[in-house]
Amino acid sequence: MVEETVVRLMRTATTTLPVDVLAALERALAEETEEIAKAQLRTILENIRLAEEGRVPMCQDTGVPIFYVSGLWDEGLEAGIRQGVARATREVPLRPNVVHPLTRHNTGDNLGDGMPVVHFSPPKGDFIEIVHMPKGAGSENMSALRMLNPSEGANGIKRAVLEVITKAGGRPCPPTIVGLGVGGTTEEAAYLAKRAVLRPVGRRSLDPEAARLEEDLELMLNRSGVGPMGLGGRTTVLGVSVELAHCHTASLPVAINLQCWAARRCSARIYPDGRVLFRTEGFE
Amino acid sequence: MRIESPLREEAVRELRVGQTVSLTGVVHTARDEAHARMLELLRQGEPLPFDLKGGVIYHCGPIMERRGDEWRVIAAGPTTSARMDGMQAEVIERTGVRAIIGKGGMSRPVLEALAQHGCVYLAYTGGAAVLAAKSVKEVVREHWSDLGMAEAVWELRMREFGPLVVAMDCHGGSLYQEVEAKVNAERERMLRVL
Ligand code: SF4
Repeated sequence: MVEETVVRLMRTATTTLPVDVLAALERALAEETEEIAKAQLRTILENIRLAEEGRVPMCQDTGVPIFYVSGLWDEGLEAGIRQGVARATREVPLRPNVVHPLTRHNTGDNLGDGMPVVHFSPPKGDFIEIVHMPKGAGSENMSALRMLNPSEGANGIKRAVLEVITKAGGRPCPPTIVGLGVGGTTEEAAYLAKRAVLRPVGRRSLDPEAARLEEDLELMLNRSGVGPMGLGGRTTVLGVSVELAHCHTASLPVAINLQCWAARRCSARIYPDGRVLFRTEGFE
Repeated sequence: MRIESPLREEAVRELRVGQTVSLTGVVHTARDEAHARMLELLRQGEPLPFDLKGGVIYHCGPIMERRGDEWRVIAAGPTTSARMDGMQAEVIERTGVRAIIGKGGMSRPVLEALAQHGCVYLAYTGGAAVLAAKSVKEVVREHWSDLGMAEAVWELRMREFGPLVVAMDCHGGSLYQEVEAKVNAERERMLRVL
């Protein structure tokens, strides 16, 4: 059951985009005035349509698999996820991307030590919830962690993000979604930044300060002029999401995770009676 | 505008930054490891198993699927060209390649090599892998399969592959430098008020 669910999660995630991301890309196309920028977005939208129609991955970089699982951990669950990843790699098919970090030897099935990345958390109900995100390297490689001086505050965060996004240029395949993890510790901030990327585009943080930071950053980054694929234009980001955690009085960790326009994700809930529900926009 | 490979030097020298073209003809995919192997052979005076004279290098690691004894391209978008920065100028010089297709642009030494040897850099939309796969008319041959699916050199015959933006031309023009200059000015302006 878990294996089957994982195969379908990976197939759906890599071949279709969530409606909120699609809508944001359509809005971006409407915003652009320059022909080159428009052509990039038109090509992206046409490509998404073709991928969905042919049920093939929209991008050749089908990423490395990340899973957020809420449920009771047992060996069967973890084995099911691993089997699902190997099967999806053959059947979808996905590009085998997972290598040994030093020898660079490719394992061929997207499995390895610590791969897929699986985050377990306690059950939310009588179901197992699996959230999947395939993460491409182009955008992941442009991500950053900054340990700011607390006195730098929100402006310091803005400076750091502005610097990262403008230096990244076209490399993370903009327009991107920017996930920020603010506070916590180094690993907590990095975790939150990636969770932020999973939030549907346009949904604001419930924390008013974080929501203001999201709005300010979206305006600034889109004013920067990087544009689609770094070829210039008005839409550099589709959205900015901020996740907060309280932190030490002497630190201000900020993790910045970038997600390309191919902001792929899919969630599933497996119920005890065998029903499985799939959602690309996630569950509340 | 349509261009066809093999490309003549005069045709390449006519292209200017900002133009949009589509390409018909053969391209060779090549990423980091293929570039490294090309240089290893060429520096020893060995021939390559494929001819790049007038040809096109595509920075791409595709997803391929084998059906019987035929290969089919599933997805073939561009990869980040900057990873090949340190090797590209020499590859251009030694092979006589006339166009590089990729994403994100390349360094100043590559821009200089383009001008010197008559070659252009064409930007293809990052991630637009299915559209690219659709313009592959034939998988001609696979070279260096030992490098693995993504790093191998795939010789592909394309029809009207594009839109490709002339992002670095052979007259020193670079769309990336133009955009970067504007972005840097805008960033400095915003940083001053923060
Ligand atoms: S950054 Fe995203 S869209 Fe671009 S090549 Fe990588 S996975 Fe594909």
